[in-house]
Amino acid sequence: MMRLPRFRYFAPTSVKEALRIRAGEGESAAFVAGGTDLYPNMKRRQQTPKTVIGLSRIPSLARLRAGADGLRIGSAVPLSEIENHRKARRLFPALVHAVSEISTPPLRNMGTLGGNVLLDTRCNYYDQNYEWRQAIDFCMKKDGTVCWVAPGSPKCLAVQSADSVPILIALRARAVLASPGGEREIPLEELYANDGIRYLTKRPDELLTEIRIPPPDGWTASYRKLRRRGAFDFPVLAVGAAVRREGDRVAESRILLGAVASAPVRASRAEAVLAGRPLDGASIREASEAAAVVSRPMDNTDFSFLWRKEMTGQWVGMALGDLSRGG
Amino acid sequence: MSSRRPTRIVGRPFTRVDGAAKVTGQTKFADDLALPRMLHCKLLRAKVAHARILAIDVSKALAAPGVVAVATGRDLPVPFGILPVSQDEHALCPDRVRYVGDPVAAIAATSEDAAFDALDLVRVEYEPLPPVGTIEEGLAPAAVPIHDHGDQGNIHKLVAMQFGDVDEGFARADRVYDNTYFYEGNTHLALEQHASVADFGPDGKLTLWSSTQTPHYVHRALAKVLGMPASRIRVIATPNGGGFGGKSDVFNHEIVVAHLSRVTGRPVKICLTREEVFYCHRGRHPTLMRVRTGVKKDGAITALHFQTALDGGGYGSYGVASTYYTGALQTVTYRVPTYRFEGARVFTNKPPCGPKRGHGTPQPRFALEAELDRIACDLGLDPAAIRREHLQPANSLTANYLRVGSMGLGACIDKVVAASGWKKRRGKLPFGRGLGIACSSYLTGAGLPIYWNQMPQSGVQLKVDRGGGVTVFCGSTEIGQGSDTILAAIVAEILGIDPLDIRLVTGDTDLTPVDLGSYSSRVTLMTGNAAIQAAERARELIAGAVAKKLELPPERIGFAEGRVFDVENPEKGMTFPEAAVAGESLHGTLGTVGHYRPPPSAGRYRGAGVGPSPAYSYSAAVVEVEVDPETGIYAVPKIWIAHDVGKCINAALVMGQVEGSVYMGLGEAMMEEMAYRTDANRNVVHKFPSVLEYKSPTTLEMPEVETFLVEDPDPNGPYGAKEVGQGPLLPIPPAVANAVYDAVGVRVDEVPVTPEKVRRALKAKAQGKPARVGPERFPAVPYPEPIHVRTPEEGGDGKAEDAPVTAAGGVR
Repeated sequence: MMRLPRFRYFAPTSVKEALRIRAGEGESAAFVAGGTDLYPNMKRRQQTPKTVIGLSRIPSLARLRAGADGLRIGSAVPLSEIENHRKARRLFPALVHAVSEISTPPLRNMGTLGGNVLLDTRCNYYDQNYEWRQAIDFCMKKDGTVCWVAPGSPKCLAVQSADSVPILIALRARAVLASPGGEREIPLEELYANDGIRYLTKRPDELLTEIRIPPPDGWTASYRKLRRRGAFDFPVLAVGAAVRREGDRVAESRILLGAVASAPVRASRAEAVLAGRPLDGASIREASEAAAVVSRPMDNTDFSFLWRKEMTGQWVGMALGDLSRGG
Repeated sequence: MSSRRPTRIVGRPFTRVDGAAKVTGQTKFADDLALPRMLHCKLLRAKVAHARILAIDVSKALAAPGVVAVATGRDLPVPFGILPVSQDEHALCPDRVRYVGDPVAAIAATSEDAAFDALDLVRVEYEPLPPVGTIEEGLAPAAVPIHDHGDQGNIHKLVAMQFGDVDEGFARADRVYDNTYFYEGNTHLALEQHASVADFGPDGKLTLWSSTQTPHYVHRALAKVLGMPASRIRVIATPNGGGFGGKSDVFNHEIVVAHLSRVTGRPVKICLTREEVFYCHRGRHPTLMRVRTGVKKDGAITALHFQTALDGGGYGSYGVASTYYTGALQTVTYRVPTYRFEGARVFTNKPPCGPKRGHGTPQPRFALEAELDRIACDLGLDPAAIRREHLQPANSLTANYLRVGSMGLGACIDKVVAASGWKKRRGKLPFGRGLGIACSSYLTGAGLPIYWNQMPQSGVQLKVDRGGGVTVFCGSTEIGQGSDTILAAIVAEILGIDPLDIRLVTGDTDLTPVDLGSYSSRVTLMTGNAAIQAAERARELIAGAVAKKLELPPERIGFAEGRVFDVENPEKGMTFPEAAVAGESLHGTLGTVGHYRPPPSAGRYRGAGVGPSPAYSYSAAVVEVEVDPETGIYAVPKIWIAHDVGKCINAALVMGQVEGSVYMGLGEAMMEEMAYRTDANRNVVHKFPSVLEYKSPTTLEMPEVETFLVEDPDPNGPYGAKEVGQGPLLPIPPAVANAVYDAVGVRVDEVPVTPEKVRRALKAKAQGKPARVGPERFPAVPYPEPIHVRTPEEGGDGKAEDAPVTAAGGVR
């Protein structure tokens, strides 16, 4: 079988201690929560941290609270706990649906929301074992220089593939990042950059501690995912959509596309199309067409990229259709 | 061959003998084995698709911590291969690598980690050669062919044969159809990754435990490559965690660990990674096909001309047989009075293809069944009726001299037509929903062994001890299909005891008589018949002794429920252990043997060795689909399948095999692709050797399946039993494609039938172009002039008219 490389493992019991260890170990250290992303990557030598800092013994990161200010989900809360959280199910059914479509039940017991939000970008040229990557002379994301998806590309085109991200951004979620210098809270969408290698704006010494979702306040949301198998698969096209209506008209909307770029893509023109209009066949069709324009999938996931592009409008239409029927 | 007595066990859905161990996780697979002082082996595999090896430097690896031995191709220069005609593999490549993943060096170390770390220390210097990535490239002239054997250039094998006056058949036809099809390669995806442990003992004898379907062939190859007498080598087939044909070859790693154990004097183990299993492959050949069919207006075939071109990958494997199989079984389902077959297999720089469930026949079956659907729709006939009305009759000889015995395909069609509401629903469902039908047939064991010999294909030894214990020894290999259970059931049936009381010793070349292995759906029929013979002989001995004691004629002695008794007065008798004592007292030590040899084949032409079988199973399936025309995505809500198994030995195992075959067939039909990419450096790599990205359905994708078993006992089968492990896979891919046509009116003439292709075909249709997706043309293949064989109908004798007869139609 594929073996893990050797590494040192720390199990701090507080955020402060975790940050201190990270500061001491420097760039060769990685945080790990559930490990469902990091450990397979380590077996394939995509990541080879000398030190791994486990977060599973830090109580504050495992807290999931619902209150007047919405939902606060610690970064090490297992995905299955969100799925089964009564208030989360009531307030944010679309998020719970998205979470329930991540991987498989055993992996959702281990995998955490923080892990999914920070999920490494994916690519058919990168998510391969060491020997395979050796055969293609590696790629620029790890050990090589070329992006094989588009050899002329100056940047890595690996794909943002986290189910939770488009819907969390649509729900106006914010991320809390802790570092030795203190804590900062940013809109979740500001956490991402459209670069397959530097896909996060999080500094390496920062630790994602919490995801905060404001109360619905009249917003309804939907998540739709394209994948080969209903049982389990990463999204190869994902739509997180949320609208707030005044009367029968759309006052505000947020439409996010996942898995078509290295970062989640906001379909701003589609949002503009909907503004002030009822959510009906005509507005949905126009918004879907506008959203499809900004969908630029590349040939590095399952399914042909031309078909994924063609399907974007369909999927946006389905998500908006869910909302027109009441979300 | 069967007993005329009513059965107590045979035919019932009884518990597997290995079931308790399997469900409690106690079955010992090869990777569960650990021996004292055992070393761990890792293989360094080629990173280039095609190259000469100029130099290998292992000195740094040898000096690495924990490393005990390193081997390269120089240490194992003798070639091997599963077929005598294709001895083109080496345990480690001596001078040339032929695909990314071809092993070039092996490291034995005290831990798996140490062996893995040392791989990076081996320096290999290559001289790159132009790689061959596709069938078309394989057909082109080659400056440096991948092998120096084969028919020409990179063409490994060319076959051409004609049965009857095909030209006259086409001339007689009302219509002639000419279409091209493609079936993508796919792999077995057994859950258990291949593993082997070798132990070269101080007595100079070698033992190899391996997850293999064919211990006998591994035994022969080890003796050849290691230069050791076969009598000093013992191969034990551990229970396979799935085989499906992927463990039927002799593999590099099996020979390598044996060699490393010999040089180190320590046990050596290897367990392949999932990536390495993709490189072992031996799966479905990607196959291009051209089908020309002459038919009368009522759908009767007058002539069939079938051309195939197979992408063989880097080595021969079973490829010569696979090539013949793409042409062999087209004749056993529907009447084909004249038939021409031309096949070609090319070498490419990819992992070798070989036998996967259905070996060489799902591809032509897809083409033939899609073709028939087209013909029926074109002629305005019911696709079920066109099949039903032109069946090859039972007890007949086909145009290519295959002897059809029992033939339950008509009954199979009737079952699925009735259950699916075919007559009311086919062609009448709303746009987007549809039904498709397809049929198939498969061998119950290949008529010939893979190396020519006159010995039995299966042997059984049976021992009855004075405690009443019965031990059955047989070379058959349990790969999950239930061969151990069938063996126990048949012996228990005849001796009147409980199958769970029988001790089985199977798949061990030291302890058991040869059975050729778990391939070609041969085990139930061949070991079953051998077991019947051995058990009947034991029964006769014991019955004679008991009859003498009870002072009755032996015909009056019955065996049931652990007793041996007077059938006319059942109280009068004794327990089975007492009967065993009586038997041993009279006859001495009780041991019997049984064996099985298939009947000789009728064909006497070159190539006639591939196709004959003691019996053919038949299947018919109806698939329902729901297609979303906006996306091309379709769902399969339900499948109806009927399978003519002759007779169930164990109905539960039979149902399991049918549904497992449907599942595997559906994966091939809908999504599985052994896909490669040729990168900017002209290297040919597997696109995604991982279980996550090689898309195969899970149990959650499995639709409802309604299974019907048709029992039309075949005189050659034990109790009339025929195969069930492979045949029911075959109708699924064409039935899916035919259902898509019924639903939305487009043809996808390619497997897999993916949403992208359905959508593309629908767009083509909307633009007024041909409503189809599939290969545009069939490549130019330099097929030779065919051999001509007159059909039985034309008064032929099975010999080619213009070619010399080869011994028993052996494959050359």
